[in-house]
Amino acid sequence: MSTAVKLAEPGAIIFDLASAELRDLNGTLQGLDLTTNQTSWAVLNPRGEHAIAVGITTPVNVTIDGHVGYYCGGMNDGANIIIKGNAGPGVGENMMSGSIHVLGDASQAAGATAHGGLLIIDGNATARCGISMKGIDIVVKGNVGHMSAFMAQSGNLVVLGDAGEALGDSLYEARLFVRGKVASLGADCEEKPFTDEDKTILADLLKKAGSDAAVADFKRYGSARTLYHFHVDNAGAY
Amino acid sequence: MCGIAGLFLKNKALEPQLGSLTAGMLSVLTGRGPDSAGVAIYGAGTPGAVKLTLRAPAHYDFPALAAGLGVTYSLHDDHAVFVIPQAREVEIRTALAAHPEIAIVASGSRIELFKGVGLPDDVSKRFGLEKMSGTHAIGHTRMATESAITTQGAHPFSTGPDQCLVHNGSLSNHNDVRRKLIRENITFETQNDTEVAAGYLSWKLHTGAKLDEALTSALNDLDGFYTFVVGTESGFGVLRDPVACKPAVMAETDDYVAFGSEYRALVDLPGIANAHLFEPEPAKVYFWEHAA
Repeated sequence: MSTAVKLAEPGAIIFDLASAELRDLNGTLQGLDLTTNQTSWAVLNPRGEHAIAVGITTPVNVTIDGHVGYYCGGMNDGANIIIKGNAGPGVGENMMSGSIHVLGDASQAAGATAHGGLLIIDGNATARCGISMKGIDIVVKGNVGHMSAFMAQSGNLVVLGDAGEALGDSLYEARLFVRGKVASLGADCEEKPFTDEDKTILADLLKKAGSDAAVADFKRYGSARTLYHFHVDNAGAY
Repeated sequence: MCGIAGLFLKNKALEPQLGSLTAGMLSVLTGRGPDSAGVAIYGAGTPGAVKLTLRAPAHYDFPALAAGLGVTYSLHDDHAVFVIPQAREVEIRTALAAHPEIAIVASGSRIELFKGVGLPDDVSKRFGLEKMSGTHAIGHTRMATESAITTQGAHPFSTGPDQCLVHNGSLSNHNDVRRKLIRENITFETQNDTEVAAGYLSWKLHTGAKLDEALTSALNDLDGFYTFVVGTESGFGVLRDPVACKPAVMAETDDYVAFGSEYRALVDLPGIANAHLFEPEPAKVYFWEHAA
């Protein structure tokens, strides 16, 4: 028995991508209905493949033992996915609900366009984390790269480390919480007063992410709402 | 798209496997670039000798040409590597100039460069990449965007001794830069944007810049999307554009430094499970070099 198998939840159904087809894995997971008793899955040997565990619509647990490629957990609607490794570009892209927990680092565009659910990244996320996010909660325990939360519309991005250049550029809405340094704010992103409602939301997200970071150490950023309507003085910012 | 694979060995024991490891990485990257593929491989050099990698139409009689010039050679499908005494380089280049069907695709003390149209696996097989050894190699799988699918348009590009470049992305100011470089006596064989980047770096190196300095100035002078991997006689460098438009993953162990457009390309490298994995940061020059 490999270490990987021991790491899987007791009773988990094991899908070893060294021998099984990725298409079969996704077809099986997508075919589960709400009455299924098969609620625990372990995926072995992901080998950086793309689109692992995408489009699941039932609240099952999926543990992936290793690094994954593009779009892991994309369009997730209810599943709780744990990635025991790094994730490639677009992890959790367009997630609707459920959770994805990356134990390593995430590449670019983590949580892009996602409408809901919780994405936790224990390491760093690179550029464009939360780009065009539409309701997802993202907690990054390390740093995020440049242009994170670009054109974000709704949801919460929590960064325990530093944020790269142009944070929140062209932000519509969404709350951004950063504990570390912000290299620069993007167009129309500004620091906001830290309200009691913000503090409650942040404390809840930190708790869900298993972090003991202090709410008081964060700053809160959001949209200045000056780009909502065209004004000639802002022409350079578009 | 396009895929890049680079491998720089620190452990000499792995040198006989350089070709097979590189071929494996290129094979995985077929999905990112199925049009054509190529590789620059830095093998053993002979003191006082120069390697010329030549390309000719299929079935060209390289043995007869080598016999006529009195040089040793190795044959790799439509490419051949001529090993010539340094003292005869000018004479032999002059003789080769009388053969317009032959292109000199690379020259230097250690570089050998092979590229062609077709699936990466087929290209690797044609050139016998599996059996090649060396200290570092840079390979590319191409999905053409800026110029036609031809052998000349495949990567890597070499425009200076022991120098080569592969590129994922597209440059937007390559015509302007090409015109400027032509005035600096850099010659170009294609309309390809990547050849301009290779020519630019060769020009910078020729004017005395070190590779890291040349790459740093590229950040100011080249506009567009790019992840570059650059090879020299003693090492390789990596540079991504400031927006980091194109993907890149690196792995470092005590035995090697590897570059892949995706982690997938690295999964079969020895000891990858314990490698330090990271994404090179945008607009930051990375360089690894063997001591001379």
